[in-house]
Amino acid sequence: MDRAAIIGVGMTKIEANKVRETFADMAWEAVNKALADAGMNIGDIDNVITTSNDFWDGRTISCMAVGDASGVKYKNVSCVEGDGTFGAFYGLSRTLSGSYGTTLVTAHSKGSESVSSLITNASFDPIYDRAFGMDMVSSAAMQANAYLHRTKTTAEQMALVSVKNHGNALLNPYAQLPMKLTVDDVLQSEMIADPLHKLDCSPVSDGCCAIIIANEERATRYAGNPVWIKGVSFCSDSFFLGDRDLSRAPSLSEAAKKAYQMAGISNPAMEISLAEVYDAFTHQELMWIEALGLAGDGEAAKELEKGSYTIKGSLPVNPSGGLLSGHPVIAAGLIRIAEAVKQIRGNAGDYQVDGVRLALAQGVNGLCGQSHCVWILGKDK
Amino acid sequence: MSDIFQNVEPMVHESRISVPYHWWAGDTASRFFIDLRDSQKIMGTRCSKCSKTYVPPRKTCPTCFTPNDEWREVASQGTLISYTVVRRHQASLPKKPPIIYGLIQLEGADTAVLHIIDELKPEDVKIGMKVQAKFSSQRKGTMFDIEYFRPVH
Amino acid sequence: MGKKRVAIVGTGQTFHKSHRPDVNGQELINEAVQRALLDADMTIQDIDAVVIGNMDHFEGINYVDCWSVDGSGGVMRPIIKLTTGGTTGSTLAIGGYHMIASGMFEKVLVIGWEKNSESDTTGAITTAFDPVWDRLVFAGAISGLAAEAQSYMAKYGATDKDGARVSVRDRKHACNNPHAQLRKEVTIEEVLASPMLADPIHLLDVCPRTDGACAVIMACEGVAERIAPQPDWIWATANRHTYSYLNDATYGELDSMADASKELFSKAGIKDPRKELDVIEMYQPYSFAGIIWIEDMGIAPRGKGAEYIWSGATDMGGELPINPSGGVIACNPIGATGLIRCAEAALQVMGKAEERQVPDVSLALSTGFGGCFWTDTILHGKNKPAF
Repeated sequence: MDRAAIIGVGMTKIEANKVRETFADMAWEAVNKALADAGMNIGDIDNVITTSNDFWDGRTISCMAVGDASGVKYKNVSCVEGDGTFGAFYGLSRTLSGSYGTTLVTAHSKGSESVSSLITNASFDPIYDRAFGMDMVSSAAMQANAYLHRTKTTAEQMALVSVKNHGNALLNPYAQLPMKLTVDDVLQSEMIADPLHKLDCSPVSDGCCAIIIANEERATRYAGNPVWIKGVSFCSDSFFLGDRDLSRAPSLSEAAKKAYQMAGISNPAMEISLAEVYDAFTHQELMWIEALGLAGDGEAAKELEKGSYTIKGSLPVNPSGGLLSGHPVIAAGLIRIAEAVKQIRGNAGDYQVDGVRLALAQGVNGLCGQSHCVWILGKDK
Repeated sequence: MSDIFQNVEPMVHESRISVPYHWWAGDTASRFFIDLRDSQKIMGTRCSKCSKTYVPPRKTCPTCFTPNDEWREVASQGTLISYTVVRRHQASLPKKPPIIYGLIQLEGADTAVLHIIDELKPEDVKIGMKVQAKFSSQRKGTMFDIEYFRPVH
Repeated sequence: MGKKRVAIVGTGQTFHKSHRPDVNGQELINEAVQRALLDADMTIQDIDAVVIGNMDHFEGINYVDCWSVDGSGGVMRPIIKLTTGGTTGSTLAIGGYHMIASGMFEKVLVIGWEKNSESDTTGAITTAFDPVWDRLVFAGAISGLAAEAQSYMAKYGATDKDGARVSVRDRKHACNNPHAQLRKEVTIEEVLASPMLADPIHLLDVCPRTDGACAVIMACEGVAERIAPQPDWIWATANRHTYSYLNDATYGELDSMADASKELFSKAGIKDPRKELDVIEMYQPYSFAGIIWIEDMGIAPRGKGAEYIWSGATDMGGELPINPSGGVIACNPIGATGLIRCAEAALQVMGKAEERQVPDVSLALSTGFGGCFWTDTILHGKNKPAF
């Protein structure tokens, strides 16, 4: 892979309900923050990728809503549907293709405007599965049971993820749910779908994120501080839940393997300084850590208990507070990338991790993490 | 945003997308549902190359990407692979919670089907337990021709 | 232009029909994929990544990239979804191009599909438009197009007979294409006598609803030549998705086509597209676009589009045949439509277009249209681009 860098990031605060803001308003804010962060103006942007989802937005061709606000008018533009990490991947492709020196990537959604259960129920096969009425939460709960059963991880250990991430969010002014919690608080919160309590689940959120990708030549032309893209890959598992071993995430392992290869990483647990992973549910943070090769199979909970994944730990995971502290679908993965960028540049504020050289960001599409995208970002070229 | 928007009442426009859908099941799923409706048989498709039997049936094998070449009946009982008990009401649910959802690998199949588990208390559900299809008395050619799965006693 | 040159090395299409009850969506996708693999003499194991797209609300399936993997070949492969409305198909082709040109993949499978029979097309399209401003008053595909045609007619004195001439051409061409849904010649009189849908657009001026899928396999330089004796080299791509609101558009001209084609031709050093292009596969959802948009492309001067069409120049055997496949008026599985244009242009360059082959094609243009008066353009060449 040729060299490319992320030279600007911008995001809105993640909120339960941005009732005063349209999709375009959110995009405008994130785009202008990213431009300011990079020391650029919209004229410096060669092309644009927006990322959205027609179901969540309640409109077909959902990218139409943010075109103007993302400055697409006289530019080449395209739209990825899915998580923002996939949008960023396509943005990187267009940069590396030599067609464009700089690419603006945005991702937005407003969970507050719709009904999450109905939207995610529409991800099930309409002929065989959908009528049962399952959704993102109930399918994730089924995955959690499969994972707990296989690895002997406990509900208390899952709860500890929630305690850690909501605690980290206390340091992040953009997080929706900063909370000082105990394991008991999590276990005593409402049982949504066994074994997931309310505080094991990420909230419904509104938010938008924007990043700017540049090729090597353009990366150093502006005032911003480039963070280099070392490796990126994505991979999908089977669709039907019954076709998969729900307790594992082989597609994530495959994507990670390729991303590590590109980045020249042979021992990820030692070499990676921090990970921003897609913790839509507490058990998923543990599952993803293992599938990423950052912990041994079934070992993530023990590492968590040892404190390895706290901001001061040996491998901080979701120092920003993660999705548990704010989950604007679609934008969520791009926010993981933006958080990794901030950490590498050393401007993550109160949740800054010390000595970050290599950071991992992860995004997810589909039920129970069917399809994953893994990014490795680095301080050095 | 700047001061000019202070004290503006945020308006919300309510709507819903109402697009009617009729999904063609296709020949493969249609055959499955006809057998289920008319004979209370659960049929899978088999890839002889991969030696895998798929339930729900697939026209092509996702593993080797060639057409599945055989129909094979699988048992109406199997093993619970995983489950959840939905406690909070959600808009997508077909009935009032609690609802137990399970992934059931039927004997003779290499994949599991999704369905509802009933006739037991939520606290008694265990991964690995044997469950049996209860066929509906009024079958219409949908997954609800199996009313639910229940424990094998 | 690109870091790596990219070519189309195989294509596959379903036999497009008004409805396909015998297959579900992912089975329909699989038909096109298997045909493309056969055409390129490849297996799914040769594919490095998959790009797929459709329009969500036509089938009502969220995360189609995830749902379709059994049919698309996406199991344990990178798969990404792009969607931009009517332009989805061309957007997918442009996506495949960039993913290979980036040097990150050697062989990419691009899939566009739609089962329009499974929903209410107009109902679904209406949801494209802004829910607060446009949706209640001015939506659906045909109202915007009728406004465009009316504006053009008012400006240049064109008539619905001019539009009909375009429809007659495309429907005649479609008879040569076994994949087209509607393969029946019509006369000008029949078009004009068909029901008026939205003044001045008659039923026979517009595209049908179709179930269909198209798959295209692309490969990088060095690999492409080994797969296909005559690859279809992608010379350049350009697009504009200019407007966000219907009421922003310039009616009577297609700004996005004018801007995108200008950029495309300048990238490739084309000065006189009318003379230099050998064939065009245009995403032309209704007949009047066949007059107006060739003016935006610079094929005919402003107001002279109809005259050029009447001259027969765009018929098979003419100076610059347009839509040898029969185009969108004969067949419109929306998420596939733009990719079918791309595949048909590729067939022309590769010399594999059979009954609909235009002789000696060395440069072809394919386009996509959709969204809010948006345009995608792709330039295809027999020789590797010199840039």
